[in-house]
Amino acid sequence: MIELAAIVVDSLVYASWLFIVSIGLTLIFGVMNVLNVAHGSLYALGAYTAAWAVGMYVSGAPDAGFELLAIMLVAAVVVGVVVGLLIERGVLRWVYGRDEIVIVLATYAVFLVLEDVMKLIFGPESYIAFQPRFLFGTVSVAGIPYVGYDLLLVPVVALIGLGIWAAIHRTRPGKLLIAVIHDREIAAALGINVTRFFTVTFLCGAFLGALGGALSAPLISVVPGIGVELIVLAFAVVVIGGLGSVEGAAVGALLVGLGRTAAVFFRPELELFVVFVVMTVVLAVRPEGLFGKPKARRI
Amino acid sequence: MTLLRRVRLTTAGIAVATAALLALWPLLPAWAAHTVGVSLGGGLVVLGLLILIRFGLVSFGQGLFFAIGGYAAALANQFLGITDMLVLSVAGIASAGAVAWALGYIVRGHRGIFFAMLNLAFSMILFGILAKTVVLGSTDGFSVGVPTLLGFAPDPEAGRLTFMLFGYIVVFTAVVAWWVDRILASPIGYAGQGVRENELRLRYLGVSARGAVHIAYIAAAKLAALGGVFTVLLIGHVTPEDTAYWTKSGEFVFVAILGGSGNVAAPFIAQTVFELVRTFALQYAPDAWQMLLGITLLLVILFLPGGLWSLADRLRGRDA
Repeated sequence: MIELAAIVVDSLVYASWLFIVSIGLTLIFGVMNVLNVAHGSLYALGAYTAAWAVGMYVSGAPDAGFELLAIMLVAAVVVGVVVGLLIERGVLRWVYGRDEIVIVLATYAVFLVLEDVMKLIFGPESYIAFQPRFLFGTVSVAGIPYVGYDLLLVPVVALIGLGIWAAIHRTRPGKLLIAVIHDREIAAALGINVTRFFTVTFLCGAFLGALGGALSAPLISVVPGIGVELIVLAFAVVVIGGLGSVEGAAVGALLVGLGRTAAVFFRPELELFVVFVVMTVVLAVRPEGLFGKPKARRI
Repeated sequence: MTLLRRVRLTTAGIAVATAALLALWPLLPAWAAHTVGVSLGGGLVVLGLLILIRFGLVSFGQGLFFAIGGYAAALANQFLGITDMLVLSVAGIASAGAVAWALGYIVRGHRGIFFAMLNLAFSMILFGILAKTVVLGSTDGFSVGVPTLLGFAPDPEAGRLTFMLFGYIVVFTAVVAWWVDRILASPIGYAGQGVRENELRLRYLGVSARGAVHIAYIAAAKLAALGGVFTVLLIGHVTPEDTAYWTKSGEFVFVAILGGSGNVAAPFIAQTVFELVRTFALQYAPDAWQMLLGITLLLVILFLPGGLWSLADRLRGRDA
């Protein structure tokens, strides 16, 4: 019984983490049809900046409390807005309308550049920002002690997901966004500023990527190379759910979370494979993912 | 007529380049000969990508087959004691062909991003396996002996890079490049254009688009594996990071875009440029290497969509 409870809780925590680090990717793809490989860089930059800022603050105020969370949030906003604007206005707008693979290559080029930029700024050593993780003490679930920070990820991420869903389906700009998603030209003809929607969507997606990194900073050791591991994992998650679908990303995160946790408990050596096995099976049965919609055929 | 003349030009070009490289051998310093060999090996992988690009597909995971080729040759050498380069090459090609045949059933139904990223996922899985397998030296990899050819062993004093290995790589690569050029001008090559332009129309014509993609996928895998065999024979060592890791696959895509898909010679020219620039870049600015790649890739995408080869077409005053 204890094992079952542990698997459920671990899966939920891991799924929440997966959701927050991949939601920006699916949001940007859903609206702009851009598979943003640089999402991995935004995640890594968010993690680096948050870990660095927390480290700086703690060295000045060793008994820092909940203001650390605010610092992490600010780090994510700064990274998301600055880097997001640079990528969208500086690079992507020149390749809109080209083949989707060309756009992927452009974001891949940005990813390569940012990898080295991060190495130049933060150096090769690892950053560890463990302080925020111990702000909430430990909580016991079914007799197993858990770090409060990890457990809190579940409701916080659920709220963020609900917020994004509500913003798209329950607000006026959200409904305009749906119009843009369905048909750019008609939306533009109706007087919607499609370019601005693109920029704002990209900034939101970039911020979510950086936020995923900032929230992960206390959980991991921030080293070069975390960006590419993340982009592959996040891609698997959003593909399972259907690229561009928020609900899909949630389901994908839950499936991968459950699969990987079960693997860690029963067959640790399969940990890495489970993710890709789930992805391959889903793609073989439903090429558009669980929540994806088949595209109309063009003759 | 233009097409026929072009095919003949390519064949003649391959023959001249092969003869020139073989004749130049006594004059080439060791590092230059090594660079040529490595560029031909890498160029074969990119040649496979060129086939896929003609089909409108890009794979972010050719490192998978590059690694399979390299590891198959290294394993056959280390554990079976096979030293003949011809047998080692066949071992690499056959292993990659079998894996690509199986994976092909999964990837052939996918296009665009899905095709690219599925391959990336597969290559990352192989990297994970290789890096964790202690028998294969984990992340350190293991070494490969000096190869022989048809019973002839090179002079043990001569080192790894002998005329035998150099000539073998040059001639083998030339034959393969010529063969790929012929394939691209055959019905299956034109089916590729159909897949790229409008798959549904192709299917109305009674051609199996998935079958054509499957064949192209296997061909690209075999080319990547052969490139892996050559590279391992030249370097004498194989590691997961230099073969299956995503950076390697990314480099191949980079070279493919840099060279363009206009001609089978483009991958080899672009790969040589790439190897030369890397040699100097790693010496003078090792921390900015990926940045340099990224910026160049952006510039090529924005200003030279046809790659380096389109420069040649421009010089001759015709549209690519």
